[in-house]
Amino acid sequence: MGHSEHSDHNGHTEEVYQYAVHHSEEVGKKMRKRIWLIFWVLLGITSVEVFLGISWKEMGLPWSVIKMTFIILTIAKAFYIVSEYMHLKHEVTFFKNIIIVPYVLLALYLAYFVVTEAVYSDMMAKWLY
Amino acid sequence: MSNTISIDKKSAWAGDNKSPFNVGYGKLMMWFFLVSDALSFTGFLASYGFYRHYYGSVWPSAENVFTHFPFMHGHHPLLYVALMTFILIMSSVTMVLAVEAGHRMDKKGVTLWMLLTIVGGAIFLGSQAWEWGHFIHGTELGAIELGKGVFTLPDGSVEMTKGLIARWSDESKQTLLLPWKDGAEYIKVTGAQMSEMVANGKEIFGANLTHNEYGHPLFADFFFFITGFHGTHVLSGVILNFIIFVNVIMGTYQKRGHYEMIEKVGLYWHFVDLVWVFVFTFFYLI
Repeated sequence: MGHSEHSDHNGHTEEVYQYAVHHSEEVGKKMRKRIWLIFWVLLGITSVEVFLGISWKEMGLPWSVIKMTFIILTIAKAFYIVSEYMHLKHEVTFFKNIIIVPYVLLALYLAYFVVTEAVYSDMMAKWLY
Repeated sequence: MSNTISIDKKSAWAGDNKSPFNVGYGKLMMWFFLVSDALSFTGFLASYGFYRHYYGSVWPSAENVFTHFPFMHGHHPLLYVALMTFILIMSSVTMVLAVEAGHRMDKKGVTLWMLLTIVGGAIFLGSQAWEWGHFIHGTELGAIELGKGVFTLPDGSVEMTKGLIARWSDESKQTLLLPWKDGAEYIKVTGAQMSEMVANGKEIFGANLTHNEYGHPLFADFFFFITGFHGTHVLSGVILNFIIFVNVIMGTYQKRGHYEMIEKVGLYWHFVDLVWVFVFTFFYLI
């Protein structure tokens, strides 16, 4: 550890590849604070979801609104887990895009497929019977 | 202590002695694996959504299926699965705390947080087994899977009854409830018509891959498949965490000079939590 140069068999010195895996006690303190903050955010969102799930019928809101709220809250939760706990927010931009873009494109493609086919099969059911 | 670790050219994943991603090889490959695994789960949940909307009126609502809570009587929808979600989020927090302790080379901290993560994962697996057990055994009342026949709906249209699940309104077993209008309303059947339906139909308890007392059998299939696939991930996560935990105790990473391995299993463990967040929403809430 701490070497910034390495020499190979021919005696040439090479620069070595480095990335940060250590941090100091002060940085650690800040990070722990952040970790617990995100925990309360995740817990809060989950509590709201459970509360809505149990009592949405008494609240008089239409199901479509509740459903969209659930989906938005879930994506918010996923964002916090991936960006903070999985550390993706702090990676280089190129790496972020390599992970997020292919996934989002393929997920949207799957969702599009399902919506289209569901409408189609509903139409077929009406025409056939 | 130096802020960085050095890796020689042979083990670095880079051309110009510089990684374009600035992460180690193992972490990079873990991310690629997670993307492909996430797509599998997306496919499962998307196909679940398709059938759920296609069989709207006979699809059971999860809040009427999973209503039990240990040591409590009565009807408690969503409470148990909310507890399971909390346990998994909690174990995600202990995991990220283990990663943080690893960055400070704090062996004691890593050991403690890894242990708590493993315990959380084990509790989650136990909860899932408990829920599966309840779903498979079903209610004491059971339900009637209707046989061949037709039934006239209040709006005048005629519905075929084969395969429909009719549930009892109460313990006296005098009134059958037939699903109608997306499961929000029921048609009540009593008297001779009820007796005929019972005689033609089949009494079922609980759920398996072909019958489901709560509604359409595909609901049970998706439940077993999606939560089972997720549970398999949790199980392998617990096993991986345990192996790494043993290595931590033996001092393998202290000798190596860095705890990057904790980050790799951490990524997998957070992914398992992430998938559960989506399963919770699309299976239990919506």
